[in-house]
Amino acid sequence: MFKYIVKRILIALPVLLGITIIDYVIMSLAGSPLEILQGPRFSEAAIEAKSIAFGLDQPLYIQYFVWLKEMIQGNMGYSIKSYQPVSIIIGSHVGSTLLLMGTSLIISFIISIPAGIYSAVHRYTKRDYAVVTASFLGSSIPSFFLSLILIYFFTVRLGWLPSSGMTTTGETSNIMDVIKHMIMPVSVLVVSLAGTNIRYIRSAVLEILQQDYLRTARAKGIGHFRTINKHALRNALLPIITVIGMEIPMLFGGAVIVEQIFSWPGLGLITMNAIINRDYPVIMGVCLLTGVVVLIVNLLTDILYAFADPTIQY
Amino acid sequence: MKKKAIENDFPRSNWVMIFKRFGRHKLAVISLCFLCLLSLLAILAPILAPFHPNELTGDFSKAPTFQHLLGTDQIGRDMLSRLLYATRSSLLVGVAATVISTIIGVVLGLLSGFFGGITDIVIMRITDTVMSFPYILLVLVAAAIFEPGLWNIILILGFVDWPGVARLVRGNVLSLRETNFIKGDTIAAMPGWYVLFSEILPNTIAPVLVYSTSVFAISILDEAALSFLGMGVQPPTASLGNILNGAQSITILTGKPWLWIPAGVLIILLVISINFVGDALRDAVDPTA
Repeated sequence: MFKYIVKRILIALPVLLGITIIDYVIMSLAGSPLEILQGPRFSEAAIEAKSIAFGLDQPLYIQYFVWLKEMIQGNMGYSIKSYQPVSIIIGSHVGSTLLLMGTSLIISFIISIPAGIYSAVHRYTKRDYAVVTASFLGSSIPSFFLSLILIYFFTVRLGWLPSSGMTTTGETSNIMDVIKHMIMPVSVLVVSLAGTNIRYIRSAVLEILQQDYLRTARAKGIGHFRTINKHALRNALLPIITVIGMEIPMLFGGAVIVEQIFSWPGLGLITMNAIINRDYPVIMGVCLLTGVVVLIVNLLTDILYAFADPTIQY
Repeated sequence: MKKKAIENDFPRSNWVMIFKRFGRHKLAVISLCFLCLLSLLAILAPILAPFHPNELTGDFSKAPTFQHLLGTDQIGRDMLSRLLYATRSSLLVGVAATVISTIIGVVLGLLSGFFGGITDIVIMRITDTVMSFPYILLVLVAAAIFEPGLWNIILILGFVDWPGVARLVRGNVLSLRETNFIKGDTIAAMPGWYVLFSEILPNTIAPVLVYSTSVFAISILDEAALSFLGMGVQPPTASLGNILNGAQSITILTGKPWLWIPAGVLIILLVISINFVGDALRDAVDPTA
């Protein structure tokens, strides 16, 4: 087990390095950060002095190594726009994104795990078709269109729910207020997440239901209920872990559009603003963070497999 | 003589079987008809559209009338014509991005699975790296660096969507390599390119076709989202997403539903039909799964 974890980390390292390289190449493709300094107030000599100060006169690969060294030491650079350290910007927004995405993911799994299993067990019945059609509809609605419809009904027509921000300005923040602000963005995210998850879980359970050991369980005569609950569900845990593992990285980078529409003050919103302002250190910080989370989650998923399925030996 | 007949007959009956099994899914057949109709409308847009999509033809933001069946937009362009042209560009983005990413994915997957060793390791690590980036962020960043526009969106989506296909093809090649007919080829000392293109490739087409339908649906959704955010297809070219961009303003959202509801409904219908067709195809190609 320990050997396996070490091996996996060793495999993950080149990927991580690859992520930083793509990160850096995109950032340099985007142009020199000094371009925004141009103007009558900056002379050629001043820009040259600045570029030497920033190390921009060095060859690209040396710049990359300097950047990498800073990155390893925890210095993610400074925002071109606000001059704040990127790590502080990310740190102050990561909480609200985790709140939004965490709630959405949990609710979507509360809906999709039972729905997927139900649908698979009742395969090719009317009920199954109803669940599958609903899940297709959920994953086919563009999240921004659903957001517009919700805003139209619940904010404009009915006036029940606020459509932007996390708290009402001017009020002391309380939990009810935050929950009120969360209802619409969370619903939009849950619809699309549950739509995809139901189909994954349904097909995973279907595959398990066709296994020989389930036929044996049925043949033993232990009854439909116990066949499903004792034999099928335990084995369905594995694909469910996979789906959860696939979606954890979305906690960080997945809600750009929804956060933008509802002005939710999270990572997605600052990333979108950074993209519009061409504030590359911030964008790349978020990309790097997400990449690292993906790698860690992949590793954890594989380790969890071993606990869920005792036949897996590393 | 008889042997030849069987050989010729087998692949055809295989496709006929797939076709028959597909026909059992009523919803998928309806979806396919709808998609064909929509594609036809999109291709024939220059003939069918009552007005030029970028021409100012009437009053600003007029509600639907007989002259303008879906009304006019904020600067007096005919919405029906714009919607037809928007479907055209959205379908073009979807098809072209899917073709690009499928070709990249199939080539890399074949190379990786067939040659193994260092080729496999390098290609798979690159695949993992691209997959580790948050998808929508990667697309947005790329759209911000390269000038947004129809062809750039196609290229960006095409170059970002391939890792799934590559993994699928690699997995297929690995399992095909263990089958007896490929082992037989190896024993018969068939050249590598023959095994790769005449034996392995045809046997991975069906799953790739199924997978590409989901890429197609995702590309259309992504184009819509990008254009909605103003980072995709740029006006005056109409796309389903940038028509919806106008609905970000509250007066259009509340008072002029004809400007945004048709485009949104069209995206949903388009994507859901593609998903239904893809699901039925999956069932038809591999009934055991």
